[in-house]
Amino acid sequence: MEETFKTVKTDVLVIGAGGAGMRASIAVKEAGLDVVMVTKSLLGKAHTVMAEGGIAAALGNVDPQDNWKVHYGDIIEEGVYISNWRMAEICAKEAPDRVFELESYGALFDRTPDGRILQRAFGAHTYRRLCHVGDRTGLEIIKTLEDQILHRDVKFYDEMYITKIVVKNGKACGAIGIKMNTGEFHYFQAKSVIVATGGCGRVYKVTSNSWESTGDGLGLSYEAGAVLKDMEMIQFHPTGMVYPPGVKGLLITEAVRGEGGILLNSKGERYMLRYSPQKKELDARDVVARANYREIQEGRGTEHGGVYLDITSKGADYIKHKLPSMYMQFMEFAGVDITKEKMEVAPTVHYQMGGIRVDPETGHSSLEGLFAAGEVASGLHGANRLGGNSLADILVFGRRAGIGAAEYSKKAKDIDVDAKVINEEISRVKGFLRKDGKNPYELIDRLTTAMSDHVGIVRTKEEIEKAIKIINELKEDYKNVGTLGSFKYNHGLLGCLELGNMLIATEAISRAALMREESRGAHTRVDFPKKDKKWLKNIEIKKADSGMQFNVVPVEEMPEEYKQYAKPEEY
Amino acid sequence: MTDINLKIYRFNPEEESVGKFVEYKVPYVDGMVVLDAVRYVQEKIDPTLAIRWNCKAAKCGSCSAEINNRPSLMCKTRVDSIGNNISVAPMGAYPNIKDLVTDISANWSILKKIPPFTPKPGMEKPWRIHPADVERSKEFKKCIECFLCQDVCHVIREHNTKYFGPRHMVKAASMDMHPLDVLDRSEFLDNEGGIGFCNITKCCQDVCPEHIHITDNAIIQEKERAADLKYDPIAMIIKRRKSRKEKVVK
Repeated sequence: MEETFKTVKTDVLVIGAGGAGMRASIAVKEAGLDVVMVTKSLLGKAHTVMAEGGIAAALGNVDPQDNWKVHYGDIIEEGVYISNWRMAEICAKEAPDRVFELESYGALFDRTPDGRILQRAFGAHTYRRLCHVGDRTGLEIIKTLEDQILHRDVKFYDEMYITKIVVKNGKACGAIGIKMNTGEFHYFQAKSVIVATGGCGRVYKVTSNSWESTGDGLGLSYEAGAVLKDMEMIQFHPTGMVYPPGVKGLLITEAVRGEGGILLNSKGERYMLRYSPQKKELDARDVVARANYREIQEGRGTEHGGVYLDITSKGADYIKHKLPSMYMQFMEFAGVDITKEKMEVAPTVHYQMGGIRVDPETGHSSLEGLFAAGEVASGLHGANRLGGNSLADILVFGRRAGIGAAEYSKKAKDIDVDAKVINEEISRVKGFLRKDGKNPYELIDRLTTAMSDHVGIVRTKEEIEKAIKIINELKEDYKNVGTLGSFKYNHGLLGCLELGNMLIATEAISRAALMREESRGAHTRVDFPKKDKKWLKNIEIKKADSGMQFNVVPVEEMPEEYKQYAKPEEY
Repeated sequence: MTDINLKIYRFNPEEESVGKFVEYKVPYVDGMVVLDAVRYVQEKIDPTLAIRWNCKAAKCGSCSAEINNRPSLMCKTRVDSIGNNISVAPMGAYPNIKDLVTDISANWSILKKIPPFTPKPGMEKPWRIHPADVERSKEFKKCIECFLCQDVCHVIREHNTKYFGPRHMVKAASMDMHPLDVLDRSEFLDNEGGIGFCNITKCCQDVCPEHIHITDNAIIQEKERAADLKYDPIAMIIKRRKSRKEKVVK
């Protein structure tokens, strides 16, 4: 059937307008090419805005001993040795330049008394390394980049939901999307596509992630034929809000602990001294999250099923100055004054370490013409991400993907796609508008509940298999999902489309989690509680005719000279 | 608390020319915010209800609406703070797209017009900035662009002027008070941005969810600077002399 749609032609299409997408767009523009950026939400609202604590960069302003090698070592050790060494090196080396660049764009970081950028302590960073703007670093970054996008005249389409990446002759060459506020379909013809859509935290019931994080980029890229990896590695942040129910999962920045907050159980015991006598509250997130989880499980939790986080010793003035958002968040949502009372906290799903496999230098995925950067890409964080490294990640690799895609596009030729491909995709989307369809929100609710219940912070074979069974049932139900209404700003339709991507993400997470029979970083198997040398590997996932195909590949070995920067792995 | 009587403004421009309030019953859950109640309607009663929301943590500024006629963030307004008869309408200052969703894209064109951050040329890097100097601009940088200040502004709502609106005064002020910025945007705000139309009723700072003193610290400051440049008699004399001198030199 002939469908109506608008065609937009560009050199590079960027999907996603968080930090990674915006920085990539700037890089393409700087390379002198045409770029179009599309985003599911409004400009400047992406999940980057939620980043609180800071951006990790080894400037050595507060602790002069710090340098890229120490940062590199921290990434490798805390990623439990399955990070890509080259990505860790690039991130550690280039993060300082990206911070100074932000400053040249107008960002204003907190300062040391002698006027340099102030850096705060964060979990498992050897030195005080996080450049910050109080506890609203993400807001500062996103507004600063938004300014650049507007003043550099980057063409953008907001509230544009991409439903398919177009591939021809094994090359990504555009995408099809629906503009939510008008209901019009768009075909973006591009020489290359950058995916910067963020994570998939919303596939869990309790998460710190915003509405957008439904794993769209994972689903789109997987369907297009790109390889995903490390999907079993889902980060639980140790401190999410637990009460009231409406804000369950909402993030409490690690900066609270960085600024001196301590964790207590209902007996008043500072239990981190038991779990991690050296690093205590500032150990890596996986360690602290598991400790919190165990305290709650073993009956030493609070009234609402959390543990206590206490920063009162710092005094009201200091807290209000250093953690203004946290103060406001608890005051207005929970009616708790954190300068006088303890906070109730529990682990919450926060970040996906895995994602699209990319070339460290350019962000090129395994599919020609398809690039990825930020949370949707994988490799840097391995089995556990350190706080502050994601803001470094999005800027460092956002820029690199932009340059990579621009270089690629300069040499690439236009690929014309048969209108049939676009018509078919529009018909598929139209198929969701029906009278007797299953409510997408009910299916999403079942899926997210299954993930939180069965593929959570602590996993077993039996539990994961339960989740896989539910996912398979939901895949059947998905065939009958649908909603009323039109294409214009129809959330029900959006739910149908998102659910498709969520099913891909959850299947990848669960099946990879079932395969990895060991405990490493964020992935904890009660039935395989020890780390296993056999599993110094990455699990890669690709679409095959028979469904998801899994490959276990050894981690790329780092050069000999780099081994001295990280402690050797112990088993 | 018992069930909530939630009246939501529904409008589908594809089918009707005017909107209407539709009433829904929503069960109350302890600590719930208005966005929870509206999302309940969307998930359980009518999935086609158009709303805009994102972070649900009062950090992104997407879910702006008029709750019981007051411009507010849906995610930040606790039901127990306003009682169980609640009406939710879209922002009235912007064209309606559907239900609670409005077209706020005019703001992007205004933001493009405001001269960007312009640092002193030739400064040694990395830059040194005194901690106290960072503070001045910090308040304005808290803005999450929810545009509630624009929505409440009677100059925008009731008069067809060229006034950019409070959000944009805050934006300009954030750069004017950046310690390394060399521009003065007050004259621009006066000539292009219509700052003179603001008559300091302070409604904008009253609804700001980030509690920015928009009128006191941004608008009045910019107004005073613009006035200084234009009407200060001493400055006028100096200016006139300067221009005379320049003419002589020429």
